[in-house]
Amino acid sequence: MTADFLLTLAQAIVNGLLTGMVYGLMALGLSVIFGVMRIVNFAHGEMMVVGMYLAWMGFEYLQVSPMLSLPVIAAIFFAAGYVLQRGLISPFIGRPEHQQFLLLLAVAILLVNASLAIAGPDSRGVQMESQFDSYELGPLVFDAVRLHAALAAIAIALLLWLFFTRTRTGKSIRAAADNNLAALVVGLDVRRLYAVTFGVGAACVGAAGALMITIIPVSPFLAVEYTLLAFVIVIVGGLGSMTGALLGGLLIGVSEAVAGLLLQPSLKSMFSFGLLILVLLLRPQGLLGKGPQ
Amino acid sequence: MTSRNNFTRRRLGQAALAGATLMGAPLPLRYAAAQAPANLKVALLLPTSGIQAQIGQACRRGADIANDVFADVKLPVKLEIVNYDTESKPDVARTQAEKAIDAGCQMLVGAFDSGQTIAIAGVAEQRSIPLVVNIAAAPQITEQGYKFVVRNFPTAPMLITGALALHKEIFKVSGKTPKTAVMMGVNDTFGTSMVNGIKALFPKLDMPYEIVDTITYDPAAKDLSVEVGRAKATKAELLLPVNRLNDAKLMIQEMVKQRWEPMGVMNPGAPGLYEQDFFKTMGKYSDFLISNVPWLDPKSAMTQSLEKRHAAKFPNDQLDINAGFTFEGLLVAAQAWLSAKSTKADALMDALRKTKIDQHVIIGGPIQFDAKGQNVNIKAAAVENLKRKPTVVMPVESAAAPLVFPMPGWNDKRRT
Repeated sequence: MTADFLLTLAQAIVNGLLTGMVYGLMALGLSVIFGVMRIVNFAHGEMMVVGMYLAWMGFEYLQVSPMLSLPVIAAIFFAAGYVLQRGLISPFIGRPEHQQFLLLLAVAILLVNASLAIAGPDSRGVQMESQFDSYELGPLVFDAVRLHAALAAIAIALLLWLFFTRTRTGKSIRAAADNNLAALVVGLDVRRLYAVTFGVGAACVGAAGALMITIIPVSPFLAVEYTLLAFVIVIVGGLGSMTGALLGGLLIGVSEAVAGLLLQPSLKSMFSFGLLILVLLLRPQGLLGKGPQ
Repeated sequence: MTSRNNFTRRRLGQAALAGATLMGAPLPLRYAAAQAPANLKVALLLPTSGIQAQIGQACRRGADIANDVFADVKLPVKLEIVNYDTESKPDVARTQAEKAIDAGCQMLVGAFDSGQTIAIAGVAEQRSIPLVVNIAAAPQITEQGYKFVVRNFPTAPMLITGALALHKEIFKVSGKTPKTAVMMGVNDTFGTSMVNGIKALFPKLDMPYEIVDTITYDPAAKDLSVEVGRAKATKAELLLPVNRLNDAKLMIQEMVKQRWEPMGVMNPGAPGLYEQDFFKTMGKYSDFLISNVPWLDPKSAMTQSLEKRHAAKFPNDQLDINAGFTFEGLLVAAQAWLSAKSTKADALMDALRKTKIDQHVIIGGPIQFDAKGQNVNIKAAAVENLKRKPTVVMPVESAAAPLVFPMPGWNDKRRT
């Protein structure tokens, strides 16, 4: 193995890690919602696309950087997620899975069509000087935008961890997730906790959208791919596990980058789906997921 | 039967008013008024939404001014152009073509993309309605014995042969010759045809450089960091991109970020690098990239009219070959109707086979179709992005500015 090849491999791994962190953040919301409510959000990609559009609008019409509009978008998504859960999703908790699937699929279709009606079919992107920037560390090059997005993803994951482990509401949510009946018995307002959880999950998706718009332009048709990608990531990492979502994102990011280098870039998606099949065969609950109890 | 009693003062006044209106009208309007009322109903099938939306819309701008240009050059015909969106998908293209024929369209024009055009060509052949291909390079479109398809665009081998010949000319004029190249290509129908065509033709063309790697990727790719990283690792001196608009932007953006500065980026007959949105997004990094493609002939009177009309109607948009070839597709349709004097498919197809259009907008000889329905008279030009504008630099006799090669680095002072 030559030094040149090793350097190229190291660079591919760096690129994969940075992309993987953003993938991880994207999947985090899906995992949070499932982990607590046992509801699979099939409108996940569509919600992220709406987040991307909001960040684009902030940049285009108010000249606000997506990084700065991120907290506002997350707050809007939290409120929208809370209302959506209380008004629409709550009655479906406990109902057969196919009914939940159809409900969220309908929400997804509504969001795509609303995006099409409002923003049109063209792709919309933000243009910032930083999109052409990179940092050098020895012989390795770090893409500036991806590095910023990865750092933001780590910060958001840390905040989530603090919320779930250090706050009263976070602990209550975990209690309700562990034993719904016991939570009701001790007097926790489980309906409100579920709504807060959906809001938190939605806020993660909105934040991921604000970060993602700095990397790629948005169009309504992106949504399906993102939903699929988020599912691959959380299934590999373990559905319901936050750490698993981040690990899944990193694994998919790195495996695609290395497969692109060693095999052929057009085969990289095949590689990530191959990884998914392998995980489903050997560890169906995902790498960090809990097995059947 | 007429009666002298019918000619009243009121009638005289009305006639005078109509005459004055016609006399006072602008020339094109007067000319249009003089045209025969019979029109040809043409379906224009383009990807005006989806991944190719921006290029599809550029194509459509050429169609939107076609009737005005016909009037300017005194072509006594007016087309009824009905727009159909293929959504950048071959299956939708097929459905839309069927819908257009059901709606009474007598000729089809389109569809920018090879995959979508192949889908439409199948419908045209089944329903016996002529199809004029505006842009699509996959060779099989005119190699399948279709009787109702003509193409006014080079095939992939024509594009490649013309482009690689220009490469040699560029190296000769600049005195710099790269020894290695890496090819990056989108793996859709067009990209695959081009990449395979280059691989097949390359050994026969005695090129001075060796292609050290070929990297293909999905047309809907949202990230080309892996692909560009692999290309950079080859240390090739020349990049040959076979791309579209969106991936061209991702590719150059990634090259800047990964600080890869080859001797040149020279596309061997593909779109992407000369599109208006590419300049808008890439800014100074769009300069000094070279496309070897057919281009608009600035010396043609029809091109000048097209430029004038385009600038008036779309002041914020750049006229490019997407609009040029789409306009020419409609010109071919118009001429066929003028020759056939009929809207019947067989008569129109006969006229298309006998087409010979000397005055048109793209560089090359007259528009004529061979037995397979292919126009073989289109020539390639080397178009370099200079000061955010696609500028003809080769062949020397058509050059509007001197060639700059090798490409200056991404942070070179010449990029402002």
